[in-house]
Amino acid sequence: MSPSVLLGAVEQGLLYSLVALGLYLSYRTLDIADLTTDGTFTLGMACSAVLTVRGDPAAGLLLALGAGALAGGITALLQTKLGVQPILAGIVTMTGLYSVNLMVMGGRSNLNLLREETVFTAAETFFGPWGKLLMAGAAALAAGVLLLLFLRTQLGLSIRATGDNREMVASSIDPALTTTVGLCAANALVGLSGGLLAQYQKFADMSLGTGMVVIGLASLIIGEVVTGRRGVGHGITAAILGAVIYRIIIAAALVANVGAQNFKLVSAVIVAAAISYPTILEKLRFWKRRREAAKHG
Amino acid sequence: MAELLALNGITKTFAPGTVHEKKAIEDLSVTLAKGDFVTIIGSNGAGKSTLFGAIAGSFYPDAGRILLEGKDITLQPEHRRSRSIGRLFQDPLKGTAPHMTIEENLALAYLRTARRRSPLGTIRRQDREYFRERLASLGLGLEERMDSPMGLLSGGQRQAVTLLMATLTAPKLLLLDEHTAALDPATAEKVQALTQRIVAEQGITCMMITHSIPAALALGSRTLMMDRGHIVLELAGRTRSAMTVPELLELFKEKVCRELDSDRMLLG
Repeated sequence: MSPSVLLGAVEQGLLYSLVALGLYLSYRTLDIADLTTDGTFTLGMACSAVLTVRGDPAAGLLLALGAGALAGGITALLQTKLGVQPILAGIVTMTGLYSVNLMVMGGRSNLNLLREETVFTAAETFFGPWGKLLMAGAAALAAGVLLLLFLRTQLGLSIRATGDNREMVASSIDPALTTTVGLCAANALVGLSGGLLAQYQKFADMSLGTGMVVIGLASLIIGEVVTGRRGVGHGITAAILGAVIYRIIIAAALVANVGAQNFKLVSAVIVAAAISYPTILEKLRFWKRRREAAKHG
Repeated sequence: MAELLALNGITKTFAPGTVHEKKAIEDLSVTLAKGDFVTIIGSNGAGKSTLFGAIAGSFYPDAGRILLEGKDITLQPEHRRSRSIGRLFQDPLKGTAPHMTIEENLALAYLRTARRRSPLGTIRRQDREYFRERLASLGLGLEERMDSPMGLLSGGQRQAVTLLMATLTAPKLLLLDEHTAALDPATAEKVQALTQRIVAEQGITCMMITHSIPAALALGSRTLMMDRGHIVLELAGRTRSAMTVPELLELFKEKVCRELDSDRMLLG
C-alpha cells in the first residue's frame, strides 16, 4: 500500500469514526440499535453538500450536525412518548429520511462538489498537504473528548445508567429524557460524519448511508478487540481506532483487488459473529458437557 | 412535631374490570411526623409494597391525596419525587448500574440530588473525598475499590452501596422494602445495622417493610400492621415496647377474625 493510499484511509477512518462514536453512545451506552443512523448519515451529507455548493461549507457542517440531532430526536420521540418499538422507531425515521434527503438534494440522487471550496480545501491552503489529516484528526479528537467529558456529567451518567439498568433508572431518572438526549447526540455525530465526508470526497450520494449502522458497529467492535471494553475512555478510543483500522483494511482490499464491494458482507459477518459469540460459546460448552455426560453415563 | 408525610384516603385497584382485578389498598390514611421510623408488617398481598409504590410514585392512586411536607405530590412523576424520597428494594440488583463503577454510581446519585444540581454538573475532588469517607464508614473496604464495576460486588455489598446512594444527600423520606430479605443472615444483620446507624445519624424519616415481627417491634418508633389493603393495627409508645410476638398475633386475630398467614413471617 502506497503512503498516499494509507494517508487517505486514515483520513477517512477519522471522519467515519464519528459514526462509531455515535454508535458507542446509542448502541453500547444506551443499548439501542438505532437504525436512524443510515438515514442520518445521508442527511448529513445532503445538508453539507447543498450548503457547500452555495459557498458556505462551515454552515453545511453545522446544519448536518443539527439535522442529525433532529432526526435522532424524532426517533426518540417515537419510542419514548408514542409507544413505537425502538427498532421500528429507527426504521420509520430512516424510511422517512430517504424522501427528506432527496428533497434536500433538490431531487437529485447525487451532487458533485469537485470545484467547490470545502473545509478541507481551506485546511489545505492553510496547513499545506497535511491539512486534510489535521482537519479529520481534529474532528475525531474533538468529538471523542467532548463525548468523554459529557459522559461524566450528571446527564451523561444518567444516560449510561439508562442503558445499564433500566429498572433502576425508571424510578429515579426520566428515561424518556436520557434516551432523547442520547439519540440526539448520537445522530448529531453521525450527521456531522456524513457532512464531513461529503466535503472530503467532494460528492454526496443518496446510497452512501446504506448499511452505515452495521459498518459503524463493525468498526467499534474491531476497536474493542484492541482496547478491551473496560470503561468510557476505552470505548471512545475503540470507536476512533476501530474506524481507522476498518478503512485501512478496506483500502488494502482495494489495492489487492480482492473485492472491496464484498465489504458490507464482511462487516455484517463481523457484527453478527461478535455479538453472537458469547451465546455460541455457551452452547458449545453445554454440548461438550452433554457429550461427556453421555460417555460416562 | 411537623408533619412530613400525609396519605389521605389512598385507593389503588390493579387491572380493574378484568378477572385479575385486585384492590391492593383501599381508603388508606396515615401520617408520619418528621423523624418517625415506622415498621410495617403484614402477610403477602396485604398491600405493603403497594403503599410504598403509591408514596414513591410507581403508579398514581385511583383516589386520595399524598402530601410531602404539605405539598401535594399525588400526581408528581416518580423520578421527580425520587429526589426527596429514597427507596431500597429486596433485590440488590435493582438499585445500582452493574457496568458503572462504584464511584460513578455514587456520583450519579449525588449529582441528581446535590444542591448545585445541573445536567452538566460533574463531581469534584472534594466530592470524591466525601464518597471515600462515606464508603469507609460502611466498614466493607469498598473505599479502596471505587473504580471497580458495581457488578463485581456481592449482594450485601451492593445493597450497602445502594443504601449509601439513597442517603448521600439525606432524603426527606426513606422507604425500605424488605431490603435485607434477599441477603444471607450475617450480611442481612450487617446491612440492617448500617441502616439504623445512617438513619439515626442523619435523622431521616423512614418506613420499613419487614417480615420479621421481632424486628418490626424492636426497630423504629411505630409499627403498622396491614391486612387486605388496610392498616389494621398501629402500635406506638409504651403499648409497643411492651408488646410480645404471641400477643401481637392474638391481637391480629381479634382485629380481623383470622389467623395471621405466617408462612413467610419470622416469629422468633
